[in-house]
Amino acid sequence: MQMPKPDEAVIARRSDLVAAFREFLPASHVVVDEATLKAFESDGLTAYRQPPMIAVLPETTEEVSRILKLCREWGVKVVPRGSGTSLSGGALPLADGVLLGLGKFNQVLDIDYDNRTATVQPGVTNLAITHAVEGEGFYYAPDPSSQIACSIGGNVAENSGGVHCLKYGLTTNNILGIEMVTIDGEVLRIGGKHLDAEGYDLLGIMTGSEGLLGVVTEVTVRILRKPETVRALLVGFPTVEQGGDCVGRIIAAGIIPAGMEMMDKPAIHAAEAFCHAGYPLDVEAILIIELDGPEAEVDHLTEIVSGICNDSGAVSVRVSATEAERMNFWAGRKAAFPAIGRISPDYYCMDGTIPRRQLPLVLKRMAEMAEKHGLGVANVFHAGDGNLHPLILYDANMPGELERAEEFGSDILKLCVEVGGVLTGEHGVGVEKRDLMPEMFTEVDLNQQQRLKCAFDPDGLLNPGKVFPTLHRCAELGRMHIHRGQMPFPDLPRF
Amino acid sequence: MTAQDFKPASEEHLAEVVAFAVAAQQPLELIGRGSKRGFGRATQAAGQLDLSGFSGISMYEPDELVMTAGPATPLAEIEAALAAENQELAFEPPHMGHMQANAVTDGSIGGVFACNLAGPRRFKAGSARDHLLGFRGVSGRGEVFKSGGRVVKNVTGYDLCKLMCGSFGTLAALTEVTFKVLPRAEKIWTVLAFGLTAGEAVQAMAAAAGSPHDVTGLCHLPEAVAARSSVDFVSGAAASVTAFRVEGPAPSVVHRAAALQATLGTAPGIEVLHSHRSVTFWREVRDVAPLLDSEGTFGNPLWRLSVTPTRGGQTMHDILEQVSGRGMLDWAGGQIWLGLDAGAEDGGVAPIRAVMDGGHATLIRGAADLRARVPVFQPQSAPLAALTQRIKDGFDPKGILNPGRMVEGV
Repeated sequence: MQMPKPDEAVIARRSDLVAAFREFLPASHVVVDEATLKAFESDGLTAYRQPPMIAVLPETTEEVSRILKLCREWGVKVVPRGSGTSLSGGALPLADGVLLGLGKFNQVLDIDYDNRTATVQPGVTNLAITHAVEGEGFYYAPDPSSQIACSIGGNVAENSGGVHCLKYGLTTNNILGIEMVTIDGEVLRIGGKHLDAEGYDLLGIMTGSEGLLGVVTEVTVRILRKPETVRALLVGFPTVEQGGDCVGRIIAAGIIPAGMEMMDKPAIHAAEAFCHAGYPLDVEAILIIELDGPEAEVDHLTEIVSGICNDSGAVSVRVSATEAERMNFWAGRKAAFPAIGRISPDYYCMDGTIPRRQLPLVLKRMAEMAEKHGLGVANVFHAGDGNLHPLILYDANMPGELERAEEFGSDILKLCVEVGGVLTGEHGVGVEKRDLMPEMFTEVDLNQQQRLKCAFDPDGLLNPGKVFPTLHRCAELGRMHIHRGQMPFPDLPRF
Repeated sequence: MTAQDFKPASEEHLAEVVAFAVAAQQPLELIGRGSKRGFGRATQAAGQLDLSGFSGISMYEPDELVMTAGPATPLAEIEAALAAENQELAFEPPHMGHMQANAVTDGSIGGVFACNLAGPRRFKAGSARDHLLGFRGVSGRGEVFKSGGRVVKNVTGYDLCKLMCGSFGTLAALTEVTFKVLPRAEKIWTVLAFGLTAGEAVQAMAAAAGSPHDVTGLCHLPEAVAARSSVDFVSGAAASVTAFRVEGPAPSVVHRAAALQATLGTAPGIEVLHSHRSVTFWREVRDVAPLLDSEGTFGNPLWRLSVTPTRGGQTMHDILEQVSGRGMLDWAGGQIWLGLDAGAEDGGVAPIRAVMDGGHATLIRGAADLRARVPVFQPQSAPLAALTQRIKDGFDPKGILNPGRMVEGV
């Protein structure tokens, strides 16, 4: 993975930059010592490491604004970071860059139950929002599996999902407003407590922009009332095809469950060995189907969904009778990653999305690839929305295995695109999938995306080296080839 | 050189047309079916780009909850295809032609996305922008490009689908849209509370929206507006009507309607609209029918305000103290519709925007000279306006596509 070549002239001015930051930041908030900088050297994608040139830890929007303004003036690259849980290397530092850590932005600013909003600083964790409002019976819906640690600012940057987005949407569908700082140091407010912001949808563009367009300093999210009843079904199928077919039938019956998760045989066995959730071991796939709402509705839907499962060839259907049992059904799924970690020295988590009906084909081809690469793979799958998480098993201490795992992963993602899906469903492009972008987009497509970046960051200082395989200068992207002005299709009728 | 009109038949042809327009410096007004030509500022373009060739549903997979269509496909055609599979567009787009002095009452799906329209279910299900999954189109550079895909979970690259929604054709001429569709509810009931003041209604709607009863419509019609409904229980109320919609499987709807009635027990009167009346009522609310002039005086200004929901009642009251007209609240108070009487100075723009504290006001309908004179969309702060201009320049540097439709120069 090639990162932008460090600018030696910038590195040579490191101590001047530190002095300039310390004019408005406490000395301890400008990190320069190697040992502390090492703590920022990678995020959740630990295969890549690079300590930043300097780390700054601002506490106020004003400080963020001054930092960015200074970096723009000095031509210094900036990598924003929330909790550092990105699985795609979105917060991987640069040797000649400033790491802008937002961990000190950890306050819940406003909770408004009448308007069903919470306004928080970006360093507040996803789960902390729910904790702040659950006393009144509310919660924040998007629930990425890292929710105990990941920050809401990072969720905005990555447009994070979770197991409940089939019914409740992703981050982009659950935020109403942000305060952000541009690379010029300008503070912008977009949206608020009203439902739709005016003008171009900058909120929509900022969400999922992976820190390339601006730095979010405040977020207003929608909070929802907790459903009265939540129930889960644990369903076993003799084949993966039957499990996939069952998901399609449930949706075709007009039912959108709160979550529908599938695990294949290797994932089931690993999870069961790890946490004894009581998963059936004689099946090829299990589905966990969660239904929520008023009790009358959940009772009614449980009956219908159980029927559909039986008609689809399920060999076992268990309905959670208690909250403890429901949590137990989920325990295996939620522990799938550490469970895999127990049976394999290392694993590499992928994140493609496919049209759901392509699942049997994709799993079959993936098994062939596993054989070709000589590595194992286990699958957990947000079955309702087609988001696949293959976990490739490898041992980093075995020479060549990491490279083989990465090749396998990239073959899987190419397959996802080939069957009509996409490279990443919720983990982001980052550095990890950057060089695969041409699998999905033409050069024209990618250049048009970069022109949007130019509108925010003309010098390309925000998080360079992420998302785009080739970086173009904005002046170059702005050039236009103008035809000589001949009439198009002169033989076509005009009116 | 005189302006030319174009009707491209293919994406390739469209790209040629735009490239030609760039070279000839001839801006173009984008037209799908023309139902919304009176919405927004008059485009600063002499020539027309007729996109009606990009019509028809090319892919619909009900069990995958996804459809692909040409942007000029009539909304009615989309809705009929979905209804045949018991599905719908969850964001309930209004049929805006009804609001305009326009013979075309049925708009296109592309127009729905271009204007980012949404109906009463907005506060629960999101807007058009929450449902567009992918598109193809031609930028103002004359280049064919795409973004997104056909799956809901997709974070590959910038989410240009969001940017296209609500850009009023100023960034690209779309040739294909792929969007999420959802099952239609089995049963739709509406609990009506009569005689609440706007302030009481906003409180009751906030309580319902924050209840576990999963309400999907919350609107308030003052007495004079309710009287214009075609639904007998509403028009005959002789009082204001505050409506609470519950949808879903039958046993759930019956349970939730009863629970809502119990919490509203203190209201002066309660009624429940069952399926057919419910559907008719919410269609009227979606299309703002009770505010529109039965006499067909379509020139009168119609405004849409997006505000913090709990401020809806007071904001509507304060504006109508200063300008003469009628209003109604949707989205639990978060959306205010105002139909003003003729004669308001500059269509009421000054008092409306002066009263508002946050949010935005859009002139949905008004005479051409009024739309040329007052900012149709909420004016932006200088930095946001500059950013908007830079984004426009990145997609359409020569100002070929719908220039001036939103803001002069953009």
